[in-house]
Amino acid sequence: MTDTSTEAAAERPGGTPAAAPRQNFVKALDLDLRLLGMIGALVIIWLIFHIATGQRFLTPRNIFNLTIQTASVAIMATGMVFVIVTRHIDLAVGALLATCSAVMAMMQARWLPAMGFELGHWAIPWIAIASGIVVGTVIGAFQGWLVGYQLIPAFIVTLGGLLVWRNVGWFITDGQTIGPLDDTFRAFGGITGTLGERWSWIIGIVASLAALWALAAGRRNKLAHDFPVKPLWAEIVVAGLVVAGILGFIWVLNSYEIPERVLARDFAARGEELPEGYSEAYGLPISVLLVLAIAIVMTVIARRTRLGRYIFATGGNPEAAELSGINTRLLTVKVFAIMGALAAISAVVASARLANHTNDIGTLDELRVIAAAVIGGTALSGGVGTIYGAILGALIMQSLQSGMAMVGVDAPYQNIVVGVVLVVAVYLDILYRRSLGAK
Amino acid sequence: MDQATDTVDRSGTPLVEMRDISISFGGVRAVDGVSIDLWPGEVVGLLGHNGAGKSTLIKILSGAYRMDSGEIRINGKPVEIHSPRDARAHNIETIYQTLALADNLDAPSNLFLGREIVTGLGFLDDAAMEAETRKIMARLNPNFKKINEPVSALSGGQRQSVAIARAVYFKARILIMDEPTAALGVHETKMVADLIKELKRQGLGIFLISHDTREMMELCDRVAVMKNGKLVGTERVEDVTEDDILSMIILGKNPLREGVEA
Repeated sequence: MTDTSTEAAAERPGGTPAAAPRQNFVKALDLDLRLLGMIGALVIIWLIFHIATGQRFLTPRNIFNLTIQTASVAIMATGMVFVIVTRHIDLAVGALLATCSAVMAMMQARWLPAMGFELGHWAIPWIAIASGIVVGTVIGAFQGWLVGYQLIPAFIVTLGGLLVWRNVGWFITDGQTIGPLDDTFRAFGGITGTLGERWSWIIGIVASLAALWALAAGRRNKLAHDFPVKPLWAEIVVAGLVVAGILGFIWVLNSYEIPERVLARDFAARGEELPEGYSEAYGLPISVLLVLAIAIVMTVIARRTRLGRYIFATGGNPEAAELSGINTRLLTVKVFAIMGALAAISAVVASARLANHTNDIGTLDELRVIAAAVIGGTALSGGVGTIYGAILGALIMQSLQSGMAMVGVDAPYQNIVVGVVLVVAVYLDILYRRSLGAK
Repeated sequence: MDQATDTVDRSGTPLVEMRDISISFGGVRAVDGVSIDLWPGEVVGLLGHNGAGKSTLIKILSGAYRMDSGEIRINGKPVEIHSPRDARAHNIETIYQTLALADNLDAPSNLFLGREIVTGLGFLDDAAMEAETRKIMARLNPNFKKINEPVSALSGGQRQSVAIARAVYFKARILIMDEPTAALGVHETKMVADLIKELKRQGLGIFLISHDTREMMELCDRVAVMKNGKLVGTERVEDVTEDDILSMIILGKNPLREGVEA
């Protein structure tokens, strides 16, 4: 059906041939142009590195590594979206991550064993994680209270927090590296905890079905209210892209096979022999599953709950929000508390990946997290931002860093490139918004 | 001039009675012992220079400020208004001159802000809110088409009609309009004026703040003039001329009650 219209446009004199039907096609699909732009940027970055590294970049193994390296920053970036949307900033997330990590490590290695839990007791990792999340949430809420109720600028509160929490973490551990961490806890770290081939496929299929159901439910809801809907073919194209994306991702991760020597070691540990020709894949890392779950929860909060609606309303016009009866002070506390909880969850992923708690864990993460949110289209002027954008932003940052490391770019040059990319990305976003006629 | 004749029935209980209201900011008495009332189906205009205390008085009623002393009665009953939420509970809606909308959200989100329709599970029911918005906008402003765009993309009049739709949808009985036409063009001003007359016919009580004396003479049943935080006087529009009002605003004296003033 697009063929005929393309010809018609091409024949039209003086017009912009072919552009119009393509616009119609894209319009019918009703896709988010900014999302497409970001995915496009990511693909270009990946292709450049793939060529520059002699085709070592886009391998299942490297993609697997990219996803687990991105996880910690991506989790916090989703919370930073809410913070920045409400016109605040949180410079303390990296330091808060360190304090939470210290609490969780001390719980596992010192405090709980001292209370009579045997090392390796099943409850240890869960108590540790719960206490870390409580600490993160309480500290976050406290910072939010200083910002919201005491009206101290968030920049100052969290700049102070950056110094305070990093060194509270140091104080808790006496500056020592704490480890080794519990085995179950370490399953959240990435390569130490993956779902294997079968469960990865099951998750992929369940996720695909859920996505199809959500699309169908959305369409049914619109039809029930007589709202305009996209043509059915467009709906099917979008559904196809979503399912292909999900299953393609699982397929790539399932293509990264566990090296033979690792398998042999595992079998030997169980007192067995590695069978001839046996192979196994890592599959979906639990940390990445955690990122995806958090992304879904945060997106639902942003789009489908009053809390999310109030966060965006307050970011767009704090005065109007207050006059509408929204308690913007309490909202600030909630936003910072969510940020704190997410910093604690990131602390689980980051310390589990390292297998130890170290004092410098999460150093400079605040900058990576803010950069991820901002590259992902979150406006520092408030009111605008998406969760998926922040996660893509984190992935873009990590891709640049890993890619340059693989190519052999020196560390100072890496930072120069990342800094330039941050500024250019925001500039492009501003140009894009200006072209839409918005502020 | 198309002056309204007084058709308001003032025999029953007033919708709003504000008695002896005072508020100070840092030693300055912004509102000083002002009393004013409002009957159903009546439009009362508040006039005065910038800083005369009109907006402050009205923000006390809408819950944005808390008065230092005085009493507010709604339908004869004393009420406490400490927040915009309290005001809404008494069916008081406010339309601000600054067009208090969240620019980044669409019309339904703004219309229902703070009072969203939710599903059984507590999630926002955007489709239901959009459907309600389409219904009410079809009635108030049939030209309104940009339902799903951020309100920053709307004209001043369209934005104001979102704010008015909010008041109408939630069955406001008392409407406060602070310079509702200040940011609008001629055509849009007419639209808002027609809306005000329509709401008045439906029995709402409206406090209207404006600098445009002519507009006030046309829309209001009574005008109250303030100067330096004090009430100069409240008169029915058919009893005064534009010049009387101007002299009240400028001189702070009521020409009709010369010498009667305390």
